[in-house]
Amino acid sequence: MPHTKRRRLVTTAVAVSVGATALAACGSGDGSQAESGPVSLTYWTWTPGMDKVVDLWNKGPGKKDRITVTVKKQASGDTLVTKILTAHKANKAPDLVQAEYQTLPTLVSNDALADISEEVGDVEGKFAEGVWQQTTLGTDALYAVPQDIGPMMFYYRADLFEKYGLKVPTTWEQFAETARTLKKKAPDKALTTFSANDSGLFAGLAQQAGARWWTTSGDKWKVSVNDAATRKVAEFWGGLVEEGVIDNQPMYQPAWNKALNTGEEIAWVSAVWAPGTLTTAAPDTKGKWAMAPLPQWSPDEDVTGSWGGSSTAVTTDSAHKEAAATFAAWLNTDHDALNALAKEGGIYPASTSAQLSGAFSNPPAFFSNQPDFYTRAAGIAKTTAPSAWGPNVNVAYATFNDAFGAAAKSRSDFGAALDRMQDATVADMKKQGFGVSR
Amino acid sequence: MSTLAVRKAAPAAGTTPGTARRPPLRRRVALIPTVTLLLGAVYTLLPVAWVVIASTKSGHELFSTFTFLPGTGFTDNIRDLNAYRDGIYWSWMGNSALFSGLGALLSTAVSAVSGYALATYRFKGRETMFNVLLAGVLMPPVILAIPQYLLLAKADLTDSYLSVLLPQILSPYGVYLARIYASAAVPADVVEAGRMDGASEWRIFTRIALPMMIPGMVTVFLFQFVAIWNNFLLPYIMLSDDEKFPLTLGLYTLLEQGSNTPALYTLVITGAFLAVLPLIVLFLVVQRFWSLDLLSGAVKS
Repeated sequence: MPHTKRRRLVTTAVAVSVGATALAACGSGDGSQAESGPVSLTYWTWTPGMDKVVDLWNKGPGKKDRITVTVKKQASGDTLVTKILTAHKANKAPDLVQAEYQTLPTLVSNDALADISEEVGDVEGKFAEGVWQQTTLGTDALYAVPQDIGPMMFYYRADLFEKYGLKVPTTWEQFAETARTLKKKAPDKALTTFSANDSGLFAGLAQQAGARWWTTSGDKWKVSVNDAATRKVAEFWGGLVEEGVIDNQPMYQPAWNKALNTGEEIAWVSAVWAPGTLTTAAPDTKGKWAMAPLPQWSPDEDVTGSWGGSSTAVTTDSAHKEAAATFAAWLNTDHDALNALAKEGGIYPASTSAQLSGAFSNPPAFFSNQPDFYTRAAGIAKTTAPSAWGPNVNVAYATFNDAFGAAAKSRSDFGAALDRMQDATVADMKKQGFGVSR
Repeated sequence: MSTLAVRKAAPAAGTTPGTARRPPLRRRVALIPTVTLLLGAVYTLLPVAWVVIASTKSGHELFSTFTFLPGTGFTDNIRDLNAYRDGIYWSWMGNSALFSGLGALLSTAVSAVSGYALATYRFKGRETMFNVLLAGVLMPPVILAIPQYLLLAKADLTDSYLSVLLPQILSPYGVYLARIYASAAVPADVVEAGRMDGASEWRIFTRIALPMMIPGMVTVFLFQFVAIWNNFLLPYIMLSDDEKFPLTLGLYTLLEQGSNTPALYTLVITGAFLAVLPLIVLFLVVQRFWSLDLLSGAVKS
């Protein structure tokens, strides 16, 4: 019973203006007592090399404030959310956790994350509005500090585009035309693939089209996974797959790597981190790729979606909320910390001032042919559309993998798959005890 | 004795007069099972062959050369794995060995004692206890991981070596096997004879029954060892410090590094290949205990 009640409270809090204080009152039990004596914090993160970045803290500002942070490296993904929630059930969650943006509502609705709006200091101005809004969930509270983002972009083989006389598409309509032209000129090649094994890609594309999958009104959630914008995206890609002008094989598989490496597929709709993936997936194509903004739905628009990205959050189990929040703010806004994060962990920082400094003054090695890579990336990042995540993104994503996976394989109707995604998401939310409006 | 008789009888059956009359039929019958078994063997060995070959490929060759063409990067892969975060792979290997070796040993000891007790002593509630145990066999250990975590959290034992060892010591399947094996391998007459000679119950168990149960216990040990070696969810839930991770978890963290960093495929594949080797060695070493047949000659019947 109290379970459902709390959820309802959270629902209210997540609504744009009302009820935020109610959660703040119920969320964080032990508040800010003055820190005295040395504090030691544990931090669950999957970022490679984070221990080296944290060393900077432990030897610098942390030493001064007597706050020591210990990194416990974890595997990323939805299973980590389960692990955090299990630990939280036993009140044993670590002080700090790394969390992807779409998992924040899940963690908040389970009362696992503390509101740190009072403790982080004045950092809001360092982040783009669309990014910041994902960590406040539209309330007055703050549940995490943004760390990295994944603005979406269009990657293509510049050499092969030239060879086949293709122009970089600026609208999705042109994108479809480009796919058809290529299929005509070289039937054994495809522009790209529609992959159903990474729901983040589809969510990002829908976000660009203006979809808002989870919204709240009053104390009820509204789920619109199959709204008009998402349907437009699903039918666009479903149509291309059905027509046979793009491939339907899943990403990240050996066959896909091979297709990219040998130039069977000559473009990839991806995000700012793509150079890293291409380096391992298609090592022979170094220096042959170029990056452009994502095609638009109408010529006068300039928006992109986001795919990936994460934040640093403080849990309600932490006995040192203030110290943990101070560290989270340092990690994601300090110049040296961000530089080290970029160098050791390969992240693309959410902090706007870091996007053009230090590690990002030169293009990634794989894109040495495009010297203004990061200048353009920073420009594109500014156009990221706002996103709307709900408390059971994992269920929607899992259904996406099943339904769209089957639809892509059989080249059948994507609309039906989308409806399945909507129904499964709503059913799960009702089962969990959330109020859902039709 | 009877097993020996069967073994001798088997070739004799092949030379019965009937064989000479219809050899073609016999050959066809033998062909189908052979082919089926061969296909089964290929099916199970192919992924193993893939791991072996893929572990010799450098990151560059992994997805660009023919799948079953050996690569040139094996020593480099080993060196990279060795260098990754100051050789943390070997700590994972050590942890796996500790969890599996000690865990399986303790589990076998508990299984042997309880299996023997259930098989030889008649006491009230024995059948109920055994039925509860059977229910435990049917319960997949996966669904117990989270309750076990919450339980151990109360005792402040999470994120420790004990948290992974303790839940694996009691294996319902091991106890079940031990009881079945003890009731078949330890004749009541032998236990009775021991009592007549004035041996204590403990002495009868350790000196007489246990040696008879060795082949069965080796099976229990191997089962448990492999189960713990491959276990993922329990250590995943229990441990947060990656210095304490077993191999399964460690390799998983190499695979799931977030979208910014591509998975370290070559390291994971080489790591997986090396992780299989101890199991193969263990099987080869322990195999000879199975042929140990203490049963024969203990009682005349």
